[in-house]
Amino acid sequence: MAVRPGRVTSAKIVIAGGFGVGKTTLVGSVSEITPLTTEAIMTSAGVGVDDTRNVPGKTTTTVAMDFGRISIDRDLILYLFGTPGQTRFWFMWDELVRGAIGAVVMVDTRRLADCFAAIDFFEHRRLPYLVAINCFDGVQYHNADDVREALAISSDVPVVSCDARSRESTKNVLISLVEYVLSMRRTRATAPA
Amino acid sequence: MAERDEPTGALVRPYAVTRGRTRPKLDIAIEALVETTVRGRAANSRPGGAHGQEQQYISTLCDGRLQSLAEIAARMQLPLGVARVIVADMAADGLVAVYEPTSLDENESVGTELLERVLSGLRRL
Repeated sequence: MAVRPGRVTSAKIVIAGGFGVGKTTLVGSVSEITPLTTEAIMTSAGVGVDDTRNVPGKTTTTVAMDFGRISIDRDLILYLFGTPGQTRFWFMWDELVRGAIGAVVMVDTRRLADCFAAIDFFEHRRLPYLVAINCFDGVQYHNADDVREALAISSDVPVVSCDARSRESTKNVLISLVEYVLSMRRTRATAPA
Repeated sequence: MAERDEPTGALVRPYAVTRGRTRPKLDIAIEALVETTVRGRAANSRPGGAHGQEQQYISTLCDGRLQSLAEIAARMQLPLGVARVIVADMAADGLVAVYEPTSLDENESVGTELLERVLSGLRRL
């Protein structure tokens, strides 16, 4: 293997979707640690926290993100970051998508609209994503083609079914995403300039 | 309780532990890995060697164990921005090494190689 020795590094995958769609369950099913929660603070002005003394009316917002960890190798660690539940906390999404491999957009077919904002965001940022239909109680209410049509996403975006509670199922979702990202790179590399 | 370091947690105003500084000396990615250096370990075992209990905690947490900035913040129950300032200070003092994530786009073959390693690692799970 042409691996440069001793280069310790990490990678991340973003897990998005509406509130209660199973993001933390999915992260927890495959993570080697119990999912942790990290918080970020934003003031209403967004910057210049140093100046709060002079702006008594300024409010702060705390955004929580759950994440998990998979040691791929001794020197390569993959993190799975769940996006903050409320899509109004966009400031944190910028940091989450920067340098990410790609994103998994989790969908509950009973509340399809909950994932629209995430899809818009990833398309705008050109972050590769796939759609994972979480089958609650093992029941899939709609097929992949219906979901693709309802979301109006391009035919090459993978749409897969999953059971977020199952390690094997989550593993397959992540494999599908990385395979997709790799195939996009190959297409890009061979495409005429 | 004056002049004494408070335990870190919800009771402390978050940026008090950074003396009000919000700008880190080094921009550290949320998934960047942190590891205690030999110097950091030595400073930690010497009385007064590490600055404050936050630095001591981080030195112990990352001693022989790679931990991301996100993990450090979560385990210390500190906001990400606060943890980033403290870790950047420690990196500037040589107490920890910070390993930034590999860019997937800067160098096509390096990025592809990393993705392939992630893929085979996931398949082995």
